[in-house]
Amino acid sequence: MALSGIQIYKLLPQTNCKECGFPTCLAFAMKLAAKQVELSTCPYVTEESKTQLAESSAPPIRLVALKAGTEVKAGNEVVLFRHEKTFYNKPGIFVRFKASDSGIAAKAAAAHAYSVNYVGMDFVVDGFAIEADGDLGAAVKAVRGATDRPLVLIGDAAAIEPGLQACSGETVLIHAADASNWEAMAALAAKYKAALAVKADTLDGLVDLIEKIKAKGVEDLVLDFDTTQLGKWLAMSTQVRRLAIKQNFRALGYPVFAPAYAAADEGIFAAEAIAKYAGFVVLDKFVPENVYPLLVLRENIYTDPQKPIQVQPGIYEINSPKPEDPVLITTNFSITYFAVANEVEGSGLPAWLVVTDAEGMSVLTAWAAGKFDAERIAKAVKGFDVASKVSKKRVVLPGHVAVLSGELEEELPDWEIRVGPREAVDLPAFMKQALN
Amino acid sequence: MPIEIPKDKWPGSIKAVTIGATAAEGGTRAKSITIGGQNTMPYLQFEKPTPNTPVIAIEIKSRKPEDWSPLLEKPWGEAMADPAEWAKKAEAAGADLLVLALTLEDTPDSAVKTVKAVLAASGLPLVVWGPGQAEKDNELLVPVAEAAKGEKVVLGVCEDKNYRTIVATAMANGHLVEARTPMDVNLAKQLNILISDMGLPMDRIVMDPTTGALGYGIEYGYSVMERLRLAALQGDAMTQLPMMVTPGFEAWKAKESKVGEGVPEAWGDWEARAVNWETLTAMALVESGADVVVLRHPESVKRVKAAIGELMAA
Repeated sequence: MALSGIQIYKLLPQTNCKECGFPTCLAFAMKLAAKQVELSTCPYVTEESKTQLAESSAPPIRLVALKAGTEVKAGNEVVLFRHEKTFYNKPGIFVRFKASDSGIAAKAAAAHAYSVNYVGMDFVVDGFAIEADGDLGAAVKAVRGATDRPLVLIGDAAAIEPGLQACSGETVLIHAADASNWEAMAALAAKYKAALAVKADTLDGLVDLIEKIKAKGVEDLVLDFDTTQLGKWLAMSTQVRRLAIKQNFRALGYPVFAPAYAAADEGIFAAEAIAKYAGFVVLDKFVPENVYPLLVLRENIYTDPQKPIQVQPGIYEINSPKPEDPVLITTNFSITYFAVANEVEGSGLPAWLVVTDAEGMSVLTAWAAGKFDAERIAKAVKGFDVASKVSKKRVVLPGHVAVLSGELEEELPDWEIRVGPREAVDLPAFMKQALN
Repeated sequence: MPIEIPKDKWPGSIKAVTIGATAAEGGTRAKSITIGGQNTMPYLQFEKPTPNTPVIAIEIKSRKPEDWSPLLEKPWGEAMADPAEWAKKAEAAGADLLVLALTLEDTPDSAVKTVKAVLAASGLPLVVWGPGQAEKDNELLVPVAEAAKGEKVVLGVCEDKNYRTIVATAMANGHLVEARTPMDVNLAKQLNILISDMGLPMDRIVMDPTTGALGYGIEYGYSVMERLRLAALQGDAMTQLPMMVTPGFEAWKAKESKVGEGVPEAWGDWEARAVNWETLTAMALVESGADVVVLRHPESVKRVKAAIGELMAA
């Protein structure tokens, strides 16, 4: 359990030396409890206190990082619901290949080359899984010729070892240790410093295996519930997250593996896994129309609720506008932008959309916070050189900020300022009726 | 030592709400549907069984929609021009419930005629939406409510600016209402209070907290639904209502579903992507507590239905 400020204070020197930059040890303790400073800032803390504080501040869900040319991290989460704070480490999305597949190198190259843009961000597939149904050493070499992203190796110990030999120096996830093979798998994980997936269909079964495997010196573990049944998987994943976060139950404080490749409906299962606490999601194959929605879902679920997705400020062309077409103004809050852009795009009417930097807030919120005023709008219109693109110097303000029209006339003296509707849905009608 | 599974014990439950009435219940539906009644976060059946299966509604329109994706014309075809035929096809596609959306071109007479035709064509319980303009909604929904008296239809959409007439006619004719608010816990609560203050019993309100599509704000709808469900379980009576959301409407507005040409190659095959867009939007909302998801494509209906079945079977 995380310690309170007072509990931490008791472990500090209590000399109020101020060397940490805070006026008192208590003030420093409060900052520590809020995780806003590092303990190492205090030069006089005892080794004993350090150990105690380190234990209490260790994350309830262990961070497991798979490393190759890139890194995929899972774990370290602190909440059950994203609105309580945020989800931190996006589950890695992996695509599975089979070692027996003679086209594996080409498939890996295609999946590696994949990149898709979503509101200015480029998403890729995070890594690859290889099932050891053939010569895994050769398969790993083939995949490594095409991509440097982290690997998951699936199979029994004997089949996996040649694969591990072929990618030494990396942190690979090997899958999976169960009641029948755990000793061999644990030995392999220890020898090659790999992360190890542990598979059992009950929590008791997992704890039992984990205790035995940890005794062999393997610490980086990942849980597999040995099911893709949506209800059962949801229950087990929720229980593990609750045990870790609410009760600081370390024996199951590990990231969760989601074998979407084994599910009846891969997309549906992967969607549940992304929403409900998976750390690594492995898909059956690389199909852009399946991967893209999952990458977007992951981004949405893992967006910090305090920091909404923003759109790059700028001038956006909708339906190939010509110089005589209208200029609409909005903010760079992504939902506001999408609402406006979608309505106009759907109507088929051409327009220039000026997205103002309002620090990612919606029209009314930004206006109330002073982030969407005449000055900022004028700056956007001038900065994006809107005048050079249009023949009619006229801008349409969102109806909610009609109050700004006077000031904006002063800021943009040679422009006509029009007040549009309050809601995006009314824009097409407004454009047809009022702007002709 | 066996692990003690952590179970939440909540003081509150979601109200069970019944839509549609059979002959024995004063209507003509083949069966009625009960939703809500939960005392846990979605599908956590190790705490308590989920008492009622969340359902899928298929959206049909009173006349052929001009702005729907051609991908939706493929499965529905000619039926899109005939609401009664469309209703039959939707039932065959696995709908538990029909949503009939009236349009601005409708008159009170045409609306009543269409509603009657749909009720005659399919035995499924019905939701009727006005075209979404306050005056027109009231003009159409009042005669519809009277004509369908006893059927326990859900009338929509009640919003803060326009709910009185719809609630009054629902009360007078034994119907339910859909209460829609824009992705905000407090606004949802407030509208529920306003509606129940008029005297409509809580078990005749379904709330629609609104959602965005995948990629277009779904995270707001997702979290508002989780927060509404948590508030309800904690005992806040004015949030203890089943939730109905419209992933079909939202997802088919998104460029990813709507547009097949001139989009990035990385988006992949159009039709599969469009169905994925709707299905995954719906699935995320099912996981966050939707009791009714309103969909448009039969393939999404099939996939989401199977998923709900699996969640219920645990």
